[in-house]
Amino acid sequence: MNFSWISTYWPLLAAGAVQTILLLVISVVFGFVLAIGLALAQIKGPRGIKWLSRCYCTCLRGTPLLVQLWLLYYGVGSLLPLIPGLRSSFLWPVLREGFFFAAVSFTLNYAAYEAEVLRGALLAVPKGELEAARAFGMSPAQVLRRIWLPRAVRIALPTIAGEIVLQLKATPLAFTVTVMDLYAVAYKIRQDTLLVYEPLLIVTVFYVLLTLLLTRIFKVVEAQVPMRR
Amino acid sequence: MSSALPLLELLSPYPPGWGGVLLAGALSTVAISLGAYGIGILIGLVGALGKLNGSRPVVAALDLYTTGVRAIPELILIVGLYYAGTDGINRILLGLGLPSIEINGFVAAVSVLGIVQGAYMTEVLRGAILAVPIGQIEAAKAFGMRPSMRFRRIVLPALIPNALPGLANLWMSVTKDSALIAVVGYQELALATRLAAGNTKHYFLFFFAAAVLYLAITLVSNVIFRALELRFRRGQPKSA
Repeated sequence: MNFSWISTYWPLLAAGAVQTILLLVISVVFGFVLAIGLALAQIKGPRGIKWLSRCYCTCLRGTPLLVQLWLLYYGVGSLLPLIPGLRSSFLWPVLREGFFFAAVSFTLNYAAYEAEVLRGALLAVPKGELEAARAFGMSPAQVLRRIWLPRAVRIALPTIAGEIVLQLKATPLAFTVTVMDLYAVAYKIRQDTLLVYEPLLIVTVFYVLLTLLLTRIFKVVEAQVPMRR
Repeated sequence: MSSALPLLELLSPYPPGWGGVLLAGALSTVAISLGAYGIGILIGLVGALGKLNGSRPVVAALDLYTTGVRAIPELILIVGLYYAGTDGINRILLGLGLPSIEINGFVAAVSVLGIVQGAYMTEVLRGAILAVPIGQIEAAKAFGMRPSMRFRRIVLPALIPNALPGLANLWMSVTKDSALIAVVGYQELALATRLAAGNTKHYFLFFFAAAVLYLAITLVSNVIFRALELRFRRGQPKSA
């Protein structure tokens, strides 16, 4: 075991860790917002929208994230330059980066899984609480914002923690579309120094520590709002 | 973009088209998944029994295995095990004075995914065994059945309905995880698609076709697992 490379490569490792965490945060935050819409569409929406939302979830949960990522990066990415004017627009520096495609595909994928979780949680909120809220004269939006959603999120919290850890474990896929995330840095170190296991080991330790940190944070959050059993 | 017809010709199963390559890739995806799933079930059964009945060091070792595998990203596990496995076997052979061998990509893929599946399977089966009513096992003991017979006649048939939802989830995840094997260079559906797309420059078409194939695998498996669950739950009271 030879770890002398760390002194030269630590800035790169730190930058990779930032990219990994950034991908995780972006996909979880935007994915969660999207998931609320998808879950509500499946519960309350008119038939067409209900069907569309269910179709979306089945398709994204039924295909590998790697294929979705490549479909976006290579497929949509090769079609984007055909749109006139896009290449010269201010958006192009963002749109040509692998990071953009990784963030978008992770977000869409996370939303599909999270929507299923939220759908179950929204249905698990006791009916009496919603009826009480309506009896107080709250508008549907108020019921959703004050009662329905907070209760559902609390019910789903343990599952959400699991989903976020799963999402963290999916982020290394971004290295296949040229994102310099933590795994890509380990790959580069392997190519530079011909060491196979040491960089992988360091990166693995980072992922495990981040997983432990996430579970710890969620335990604290869960303790804030105890549930009656 | 040309008209629709040449695009569809690209997907035809005969040589100028790449449909045959994709279908062969899909077959090898299913084969890898089946193999890994089988190995996973074996590891899972042994692991679950070990966790429930084993001595303390056995339980500690199994805990390390299941938490380790479940905490590390699949991609890193697959790449690490792929290189460490082939490298390790060749080192052992070298130590024994035997010539090194080239490890078959299929065998490596199946065993690596099988080891990953085994960890998740251990937990699913452990839960399913714990959910078997204790009275049934005690009754089997009272009839004088040996542990192996008890397992075969009572525990195994009773745990299958409990384990089936978890087993179905794991099957879905192994078919999708098998796409990660593309990263280490074994040709299954994802890599075959990348090859076809790179050669023809019709990226969108081919990745879309691959997504459809994966979706088809998932939907067919859904139907099969639903039928299996109906079959194994026959005679059980329907839950409310």
